[in-house]
Amino acid sequence: MTEPLLKVRGLKIGATAYPPGEKPVAIKIVHGVDFDLEAGKVLGLIGESGAGKSTIGLAAMAYGRGGVEITGGEVWVNGRDILKENLRNLRRLRGAEVTYVSQSAAASFNPAKKIMEQVTEAAIFQNKFTKAEAEARAVDLFRKLGLPNPETIGNRYPHQVSGGQLQRCMTALALCPEPDLVVFDEPTTALDVTTQIDVLAAIKEAIAATGVAALYITHDLAVVAQVSDHIMVLQQGDMVEYGTVDQIINNPQEEYTQALVSVRSIRHEEKTPSDNPVLRVENVTARYKGTNFDVLKNINVDIHPGQTLAVVGESGSGKSTLARVITGLLPPSDGQITFDGRTLNPELATRPIEDLREMQMIYQMADTAMNPRQTVGTIIGRPLEFYFGLKGKAKQQRIQELLDEIELGQGFQDRYPAELSGGQKQRVCIARALAAKPKLIICDEVTSALDPLVADGILKLLLNLQKIEDVAYLFITHDLATVRAIADSIAVMYQGKVVRYGPKSEVLSPPFDAYTDLLLSSVPEMKIGWLEETIENRRMESAGN
Amino acid sequence: MHPILKLIAQRLALGLLLLFAASILIFVGTSILPGDVAQSILGQSATPEALANMRRELGLNDPAITRYFSWLGGVLQGDLGTALTNGRDIAESLGGRLKNTLFLAFWAAAISVPLAIFLGLLAVRYKDRWPDKLISAVTLTTISIPEFMIGYVLVYWVAIKWRMFPSVSIINDSMTLGAKLNAIAIPVMVLTLVVLAHMMRMTRAAILNVMQSAYIETAELKGLGMLKIIRTHAFPNAIAPIVNVVMLNLAYLVVGVVVVEVVFAYPGMGQYLVDHVSKRDVPVVQACGLIFAAVYIGLNLIADIVSILANPRLRHPK
Repeated sequence: MTEPLLKVRGLKIGATAYPPGEKPVAIKIVHGVDFDLEAGKVLGLIGESGAGKSTIGLAAMAYGRGGVEITGGEVWVNGRDILKENLRNLRRLRGAEVTYVSQSAAASFNPAKKIMEQVTEAAIFQNKFTKAEAEARAVDLFRKLGLPNPETIGNRYPHQVSGGQLQRCMTALALCPEPDLVVFDEPTTALDVTTQIDVLAAIKEAIAATGVAALYITHDLAVVAQVSDHIMVLQQGDMVEYGTVDQIINNPQEEYTQALVSVRSIRHEEKTPSDNPVLRVENVTARYKGTNFDVLKNINVDIHPGQTLAVVGESGSGKSTLARVITGLLPPSDGQITFDGRTLNPELATRPIEDLREMQMIYQMADTAMNPRQTVGTIIGRPLEFYFGLKGKAKQQRIQELLDEIELGQGFQDRYPAELSGGQKQRVCIARALAAKPKLIICDEVTSALDPLVADGILKLLLNLQKIEDVAYLFITHDLATVRAIADSIAVMYQGKVVRYGPKSEVLSPPFDAYTDLLLSSVPEMKIGWLEETIENRRMESAGN
Repeated sequence: MHPILKLIAQRLALGLLLLFAASILIFVGTSILPGDVAQSILGQSATPEALANMRRELGLNDPAITRYFSWLGGVLQGDLGTALTNGRDIAESLGGRLKNTLFLAFWAAAISVPLAIFLGLLAVRYKDRWPDKLISAVTLTTISIPEFMIGYVLVYWVAIKWRMFPSVSIINDSMTLGAKLNAIAIPVMVLTLVVLAHMMRMTRAAILNVMQSAYIETAELKGLGMLKIIRTHAFPNAIAPIVNVVMLNLAYLVVGVVVVEVVFAYPGMGQYLVDHVSKRDVPVVQACGLIFAAVYIGLNLIADIVSILANPRLRHPK
């Protein structure tokens, strides 16, 4: 048998953590992982955040990000153990034999240099190609990756192209030096679903066309199922399961893999709309100061008591702006908002305190939504004092009740946000919103920053709380799986307009309008061959038209 | 119009407005100084009639606003007035002084700016290792010592002990460039040591800040060497803050050299200003103040414009 391109044996990776006020401690991120990757094959690395996926990916370049250090094991690339090489030889490997595609192309491109210069830099610096050859190759790759104007796009600066285009440029950057192995680190995670599908197809075709091997890192099993030959499931630095895509998706052996495959198991029966909506948005149009176009165009939606309206759309569709208008942060230029039977003042500053109390918000980034210097008790206690004047024992008791409601229980009051996990932080934010006893909670992408299994827990909690407290949710999200799980009614937004609105069962059943169809069909399914099928369907449709 | 031209035009207009405001401040400031110009010219023994005549002649009896606008009108035509003490045209005597000050500032800048940026880059390359610590320690020491102290120490060693350069830096137009440079060697060293630390620390901080960016990791993963990464990827993105602090220091080299000029008896503007402040020669003080303000505002304006030009988002809009 020939030697595999990449052979990893007993890989151990660690880092130093600096807990506040304590001595630095060594932590282990990866505890001994083995795998092989044959030339021209694609291995998917999958797991939740903290599983060590990116760290393992970068270890294929003998690189540790920040304070991360490879503490043991062997990483063989093209027949030599690169962990034994000196920096000089490693620099010849990086950017020549192994290249890297990061999650955020927007941050990974130097804003001060043209795209072409950055795409060809490694190939020229590593003496793989001359400048002219490298540029010809880059144009060819731009074309293969389906970028518009492949001849001239290289002359642009990174900020002059869209996020999806830049991610393809990053792929071109990685493929330009003709490497043997590319590490793709969540290359489509930051993109909208409708963009993701095209980038994914472009990456897959480019891999096939160049015959390069790849490590494909993602937390989304449905995505990795489309591009990989094999999948390795990781959990907290250990390999849980390794197998072919078919085996992992259709016949997972381990409990953890089964949980990943069957995530979003929530069933939610749609409720019928009432006659008196708690919130009524009528003909709302809004624009930001100093701009000359409307970000919201004539929006009409209702939210019924104790029910959930999911607002779904891509970034830039206006869904967060809608929340800003409802909360009064951005007064609308036209239209009105009725809350619980009374007309709301357009400006936040002029709204009475009762209006403020009855409408609460939960944000995407629980981290930045809490004061890091306040304890959980103080954070949840603040609305109790502010709205209800609770003090002392009564306040303490209410805080504990709320903590019980969000399933955290005893011992959390004196903790600081930094001592909580991502899911726990979001739960504290939910408790803070509930403390005001609101009639409506606006949830802005509350599960987007969380791992699927944790997000699942938060959604279940929100549904549960809705039953107990009879609170309505305005649920803003770009994730259709979340919408399916919790919505009673759905508003699909596109370019500032509501293109489709109604009860969940209606919105999600055909016949669809063009945009909703595109959106729904772009969500990756956990099915091998889904990507080709969908792309093929679209080609046939557009050929038929 | 290209948005960048608009931004630059805005900055220029703001600069002019600021200069106008500075002229008001200078005029008001010198007007409320205690004492009487006529008295200080004629001395304690002047008769009341002579004082009244002098005041009328100088226009001191006019309301302040009238005096301000006649002064400003003169300034705009290049007429800075005449010195009270010797009756000479201020613009004329100031011209030569300004030239000398700029000469000294130019050579101090020509040495200190490249040196500071180079040391900053070096400190980043060897961050937290001994070259970084040494550079920081030395530059912070020199910035902490008062400049006249550094001046005297250098005079003692360089001029007296080693006899390399003269301790007095008197220059005149008949000297050759070489002779002039020889004369100003020690003040240039002093000024370099004084401004070095600030620029070097800012270069270091600005580049270290940029080094946290994801695109630096991209460059590392291309296999580029550290110095190449700093030079080609980090530095272009750190230009704006560096230029800002460089310009502040250049302004200091022009405006703040008073002490150094006095120590070395250098015939620049600072010494001229100090002489005439002590003689309460208000028109000269006003003229010097206005020129210093113009230099300060002008250099900061350049820093602003360079920052605008260094931003690719502004240079190449979508």
